[in-house]
Amino acid sequence: MTEENIKAPFIRLSKRDGVKPEIAWAIRIGSILIALVIGFAPMMITGNNPFEAYKIIIQGALSKPIYIKQTIKIAIPLLGCALAIAPCFKMRFWNIGAEGQITAGAIAASYFALFWYEKLPSWLLLVVMFIAAAVAGGIWAFIPAFFKAKWNTNETLFTLMMNYIIIGIVSWLQGGPWEGRKGSQIIPMFNQSARLPEIFGIHCGWIIVLVLAVLMHFYMNYTKQGYEIAVIGDSENTARYAGMNVGWIMMRTMFLSGAICGIVGFIMVSGANHTIYNGVANGVGFTSITVAWLSQLNSFAMIAISMILAILGKGSNTLQTKLKVPASVSEIVTGILLFCMLSCEFFINYRIIFRTRKHREVQA
Amino acid sequence: MQTKCAIEMKGLTKRFGTVVANDGIDLQINRGEILSLLGENGSGKTTLMNMLSGIYQPDEGQILVDGEPVSIRSPKDAYAYRIGMIHQHYKLVDVFTAAQNIVLGLNDEKLDLKQINSKVQEICKRYGFNIEPSKKVYDMSVSQKQTLEIIKVLYRGADILILDEPTAVLTPQETEKLFVILKNMKADGKAVVIITHKLHEVMAISDKVAVLRKGKYIGTVETSKTNPQMLTEMMVGHAVALNIERPKYRKPFDKLRVEGLTCVDHEGICKLQDVSFTARGGEILGVAGIAGSGQKELLESIAGLYPVKEGSITCIECEDHQVQLVGLAPRQIRDAGVGMAFVPEDRLGMGLVGSMGMTGNMMLRSWKQGRSMFLDKRGPEKLAREIWEKLEVVTPSTEFPVRRMSGGNVQKVLVGREISREPSVLLTAYAVRGLDINTSYAIYNLLTYQKMRGSAVIYIGEDLDVLLELCDRILVLCAGKVSGIVDARKTTKEEVGLMMTSLKEAKND
Amino acid sequence: MSTLIALIVAAVTFGTVLMFGTLGEVLTERSGNMNLGVEGIMYMGGAFGLAGAFYYEKLVGPAASSGPIAIIIAILSAFLAGAAASAIYSFLTITLRANQNVTGLALSIFGTGVGQFTGEFMRVSEGGFVALSNNLKGAFSQSIMPSFLRNIPIIGKMLFDHTVFFYIAVALAVGMHFFLFKSKRGMYLRAVGESPSTADAAGINISRYKYLATIIGGGISAIGGMVYITTTAGCVWNHEGLSGVGWLAVALVIFCMWKPLNAIWGSVLFGALMIMYLRLVIKFIPTEIYKILPYVVTVIVLVLSSMRNNKEKQPPASLGLNYFREER
Repeated sequence: MTEENIKAPFIRLSKRDGVKPEIAWAIRIGSILIALVIGFAPMMITGNNPFEAYKIIIQGALSKPIYIKQTIKIAIPLLGCALAIAPCFKMRFWNIGAEGQITAGAIAASYFALFWYEKLPSWLLLVVMFIAAAVAGGIWAFIPAFFKAKWNTNETLFTLMMNYIIIGIVSWLQGGPWEGRKGSQIIPMFNQSARLPEIFGIHCGWIIVLVLAVLMHFYMNYTKQGYEIAVIGDSENTARYAGMNVGWIMMRTMFLSGAICGIVGFIMVSGANHTIYNGVANGVGFTSITVAWLSQLNSFAMIAISMILAILGKGSNTLQTKLKVPASVSEIVTGILLFCMLSCEFFINYRIIFRTRKHREVQA
Repeated sequence: MQTKCAIEMKGLTKRFGTVVANDGIDLQINRGEILSLLGENGSGKTTLMNMLSGIYQPDEGQILVDGEPVSIRSPKDAYAYRIGMIHQHYKLVDVFTAAQNIVLGLNDEKLDLKQINSKVQEICKRYGFNIEPSKKVYDMSVSQKQTLEIIKVLYRGADILILDEPTAVLTPQETEKLFVILKNMKADGKAVVIITHKLHEVMAISDKVAVLRKGKYIGTVETSKTNPQMLTEMMVGHAVALNIERPKYRKPFDKLRVEGLTCVDHEGICKLQDVSFTARGGEILGVAGIAGSGQKELLESIAGLYPVKEGSITCIECEDHQVQLVGLAPRQIRDAGVGMAFVPEDRLGMGLVGSMGMTGNMMLRSWKQGRSMFLDKRGPEKLAREIWEKLEVVTPSTEFPVRRMSGGNVQKVLVGREISREPSVLLTAYAVRGLDINTSYAIYNLLTYQKMRGSAVIYIGEDLDVLLELCDRILVLCAGKVSGIVDARKTTKEEVGLMMTSLKEAKND
Repeated sequence: MSTLIALIVAAVTFGTVLMFGTLGEVLTERSGNMNLGVEGIMYMGGAFGLAGAFYYEKLVGPAASSGPIAIIIAILSAFLAGAAASAIYSFLTITLRANQNVTGLALSIFGTGVGQFTGEFMRVSEGGFVALSNNLKGAFSQSIMPSFLRNIPIIGKMLFDHTVFFYIAVALAVGMHFFLFKSKRGMYLRAVGESPSTADAAGINISRYKYLATIIGGGISAIGGMVYITTTAGCVWNHEGLSGVGWLAVALVIFCMWKPLNAIWGSVLFGALMIMYLRLVIKFIPTEIYKILPYVVTVIVLVLSSMRNNKEKQPPASLGLNYFREER
């Protein structure tokens, strides 16, 4: 019998439950710090002092009111979309089609902005755009949900495909029916009356998403529909047993989720870009999925995490102008941040048992 | 004696979180012998054997194979020590053929179908199996899958075989066949362990019986020197007089009439065929049958959770108010004024929401009440506290996730909720499965209480002794058909046992 | 006729990019891992593949650089970049059991970041422009087939006038088919993707199979990114052209039903749809609509396969799920 054979494994894992919330959050914050340290690497590759670089990122994102406003503008769609995704993920419906749902909403809003601005007063136009965006986003999300409910079609892949279909439609509009100057491939800017008013210097989208955050918190925790979603997420059979119509709830929840994404799309075209182009969602739909997941689907944690990512994004632009570090460094650091935060859940959920000396003695 | 010893376990301990599944177990397995590992559900039999097969790692203690201390870190290690386990839930790849499944994971084997086939044929001949190597697993019946599992283990040269509840899904005839094969293996000098909680099987097949209770090792006895009574006492820990009080309701009345019920599953296999019976208020109607004879489908179709192909289910509220339940969803049944409660077999997967506390689970029945879009949490909270107190549920708070409670407490929460609604029809499936004897008795009493309240109780059970003592009448299912309804006070275990298989035999003849 | 041939040639060129991406992801998904980071992986492959060839040429000088060596270096550096990215994904999902969808998306963000960063960094540090010499460009984009084959009318153009990468990809697809469906290890890998607990109980080292399949798969996908940059994009870093290609590869995996041989014609078909608007203008169909077709077709395939409920034509049964032996 060789030495090898009588050794217990060096590391074993066992699932643990009921870690104190304080410890769990401490681990999560620790993981963010570790991520920032790993983020030194790209800064150093470009020959910069990482502390200096982080300082510039923070300054670039928060040192002046105008910077703060720009940072918040980045955070708005992230937060809005994360809120939209939360109920789907709670239901264990992997909606990764937020990107497309944003775009669908943006198209619907743009239609009214481009062709109805003369016929409607500004406030009514904005309301119509809002509703149209919500409905369009909702429908775009409803389609995969329908097939999931009816034939259990894989929703991850379906929602993913839906993204590219709708983005292709925008490309077509851009070069075709909605094209401004012939050959420009650009859709004209919205009329002033189709633009969201500003409050404290930022388009009022921030109020919309904050209200949504509070509403979503109540929806998920205190309403019957929120309860239905939680039960389905735990076990579809239990939901059926309790008399819930699982397919219907799935479709309804996805419609709601898509509608919120659609509203985010409306905010993007009416508040931020004042026009629509095929990159209107700009990866927000994907990034916000990670925001929602890392926040443990908690509305208020989403505000914090979307702000962190927005600071990184805005600060990196400053970094590019000041230190000639490519702005894509923000994506790298965001990626590292996500990796670390994903990893830390493991240390919250599992206990790692190293082979102890005592154990070895028993074996020997 | 010493030379025959295949495996020795010394002080094996395994914990899951705070639960101690195995507590310092010493046990010996010998070659040329069939050992029964006996214990109540949740006594740690499967966990113990999973440590031998490399699925779990022991937290403490040591395993000796042929006298040498070993560490079994993975199923692969287990095979190296010639230990093979046939799990209760078969480990087969559905889209593979039998032959592919057999050679799965073997290192030094080429994918030479001819060679594999001839070796498989040899094993089949030696022990009396019958299998088609090119058949896909998804086309196989349950017993074929089990055969495949056993061949798979033998093919790997295992001479220590562990079978986890092998007879649970087999018909008596198939069980007979399996036992013959096990005896062949024993004659071949292999060590065989069967995990079970059925006493008659223990007596029929094994040479020795090792008993576990609540994770602890109680002792090993030779089968020839023991009897079921003694084994039960070892299992339960105290003398048990299986004596359930069975009062008579003054005047039972027809409550639920099932006529010509036929159900087909999504693959087109007939699960229930022309089932007719009447359940009476003030009576417990037992349902007996081999596992998978249609019990689950019967209850679920009454509860509106399983599609009915033909037939009718009528709930008689009073003479001129009869409700046809076929085609109604669970909610509609409730809206029609039928007080139906259902304790399903799969507690955490169907009856409860594992991640929620008691309060959240109480809501499962009341969430829709009221016009408001908001949940009423106060009522369920109050109910949760009542059940917590009355049924002595062990939990730190009403918000503590039920998934983390022990099996007995989970069942108390479920049964407590269902009977709190004072149902007129109470359906229960394997209500005491996995519970210790004391909790089981508490559940029996609750059911009897409901009967005396005048509700019609349908009780699906697996233990014939309990069925005979608890129920008023027993309906026997066999392969989805009713083979008879008998008076529980007059019938015998043998009669019911025969009825459980009668249709099969009739068909064979 | 010549339009059609030109179309086919162009479709094959773009299809080759997709074929690598798809084959890599097929291998990954066969192990039960759904790596949604292909987009990022292909970015990294593109940037590092180009970097490999570029710095090789810079090192030895344009005159002394040899085409075949540059190609091998490009393939290797792309492969290693993709393998490294997938190693992160594997560690998180297999060892740390993080959610596969979210980890894949994170890898997508990270990989596109790293790819762009590398591309930009090279451009800035090399004084504004990174391109290979015409000599190497030719090596990357010319056929390796002897001229008498290429000169066969019609067939020559259609079959033998493609880049070396196309033939590598086809060989890879055939090889992968034999590996998955004829070899023992391939069968074990499929078992891991279908039912990890079964494979585990049979003594297969689940983690090793998952790690290897995912890492090698990622490397293969990354080669696709490199092929795009060195053929279609003309050896210049072009992140806009590369965006969306990875997602298209994910779609193709579904379209070809997790079978490598289907990936050959599937990727050429998708390639044709993606470039058809340049070659084959049909008046009343807007060009951009062509580009949507691959996704629409994929959705239809997805829906049909879920409706048909054929046991053989399904995704690997445990796709997207992590495995923990001691799960209770």
